[in-house]
Amino acid sequence: MSWDELLRPFEFEFFRNGIYVATIAGALCGVVGCYVVLRNMSYIGHGLSHSIFGGYAVAGLAGVNLFLGAGIWGVITALAVGGIVRHRPIGSDAAIGVVTTASFALGLALVQLYGSPGRNADALLFGNVLGVTTSDVWLIVVVALATAAIVFFFYRPLLFTTFDSQVAAATGVRTAWIDALLMVVLSATVLATMNVMGVTLIAATLVVPAVVARMLTDSFGKMLALAAVIGAVSGFVGMNASYHLDVASGPTIVLTAASFFVLAYVAGGRLRRRAGAVGHAH
Amino acid sequence: MTVARPHLPADGLIVVDDVTVNYDGGAPVLIDVDLTIEPGDLVGVVGPSGSGKSTLLKAMLGTVAPVSGSVRRAPGLAVGLVPQVETIDWNFPVTVAECVGMARARGLRTPWITRSERSEIANVLDRLGLSGLGGRHIRELSGGQQQRVFLARALFTNAQVIFLDEPTSGLDVRTRHDVLHLLDDLNRDGLTIVLTTHDLNGIAAHLPTLVCLNRSVIGAGRPDEVLVPDVLERTYGSPMDVLEHGGMRVVVDAPLEGNVTPLRRTGGGGATA
Repeated sequence: MSWDELLRPFEFEFFRNGIYVATIAGALCGVVGCYVVLRNMSYIGHGLSHSIFGGYAVAGLAGVNLFLGAGIWGVITALAVGGIVRHRPIGSDAAIGVVTTASFALGLALVQLYGSPGRNADALLFGNVLGVTTSDVWLIVVVALATAAIVFFFYRPLLFTTFDSQVAAATGVRTAWIDALLMVVLSATVLATMNVMGVTLIAATLVVPAVVARMLTDSFGKMLALAAVIGAVSGFVGMNASYHLDVASGPTIVLTAASFFVLAYVAGGRLRRRAGAVGHAH
Repeated sequence: MTVARPHLPADGLIVVDDVTVNYDGGAPVLIDVDLTIEPGDLVGVVGPSGSGKSTLLKAMLGTVAPVSGSVRRAPGLAVGLVPQVETIDWNFPVTVAECVGMARARGLRTPWITRSERSEIANVLDRLGLSGLGGRHIRELSGGQQQRVFLARALFTNAQVIFLDEPTSGLDVRTRHDVLHLLDDLNRDGLTIVLTTHDLNGIAAHLPTLVCLNRSVIGAGRPDEVLVPDVLERTYGSPMDVLEHGGMRVVVDAPLEGNVTPLRRTGGGGATA
């Protein structure tokens, strides 16, 4: 493949928009994903994106703003999950499974019956480079900047609450408020990322860069930075692959990130063996 | 430290006043507990599993609300908590310095540890015998060092009172002694310390003040006042013998055999509530 061929898609505005969104979304999901993974909340990210698909379809039918409607729907399902866990003897993973999958199923049924609002259903499910508009770029920029500001100003309470919620609460950190803030950030991230990634693959964009970063470092600060870089590179490379291979952008971005995982896993094993050998030499 | 005073002193750092706690309307975990923590106290709370030790700490910390009674803390009181090591996620990616630094989480702070904070952290780590370990991951330390990292984190909040929940569980005898000496040193420097412990002979007997808890306060005072068969039996619900060895109380929770003579009902004056 020549340089010309590699650079050709950049002539198209839709592709440039797609690249911007995929790269920024990758970095954003990398950072947010660190908190999600370390709180063992991977399943919530997965569920939230699915339930938001239901909200998207409902908002389309009701004729309200798609993003606002889907966002509110996401909050309602999150509250429903919390309510079920509190009032019935059901674990949160099971409650998430029931509520968010039902919401996803509702979305699928509505889309089949009445057609997809705004974009076609495949684009929503698997991500589509063609579907990205300039307003999508602005949305992800705003969400990413807001998230960066939140992570900057609340770095320590976020870390403390994520690591050791009980002690954080005992020493005066408002952990309930911090937890809620993180849920809002997660919902906004899922919403803004949905077009490029597709609802079925967002969870991987949240989880994989964070997991790769965790394998590479034992420091939280470095993990955040590494996850952002790995996510951004995965988004950039995956979006290019999507164009050239003519495959939906969600799968190519996730597969790029997954290849980083394989690399880190293999390299990590080597390093550990070497460190082990040094350890034995003592 | 005082117990069940009709008129609670105004100078207590933390005043637990006739506190009853239950969870979700269930049976009370604490019943009518009175306790005052005064500046410079080093208090051990002992009692069997389920006796409400951790709940009493939580009530004093303000993370559990009493259903009746009140907990009053001196205005602006800064507290630190050292959790049970079993509750720590040892795979969480934090270095020792990051772990200590997160303690200053209130107000506007930079994400990174500032230059002045770095030297403060170095001082705290020095004080606790952890010099040069700031860049290590918390899992790479020995059990005693791990315990001290969380003590360092509590100290870094500039806490006036530090609570430790079972600080010596899982530690070997020597490490346990080191932790005990460290706490004693910190206490001599003016730090107020409240801890829970299962270890009557290794820890409790060496502390200046004990509270025997079994949902309510069974006894409180010096070890020689409360480590007596009567109080222990009412606290633990089974008969226990107490020996005296070199001026120290030794609690035996198995029936004594042979020609040892246990102390029976020595009745520490005013020890029982």
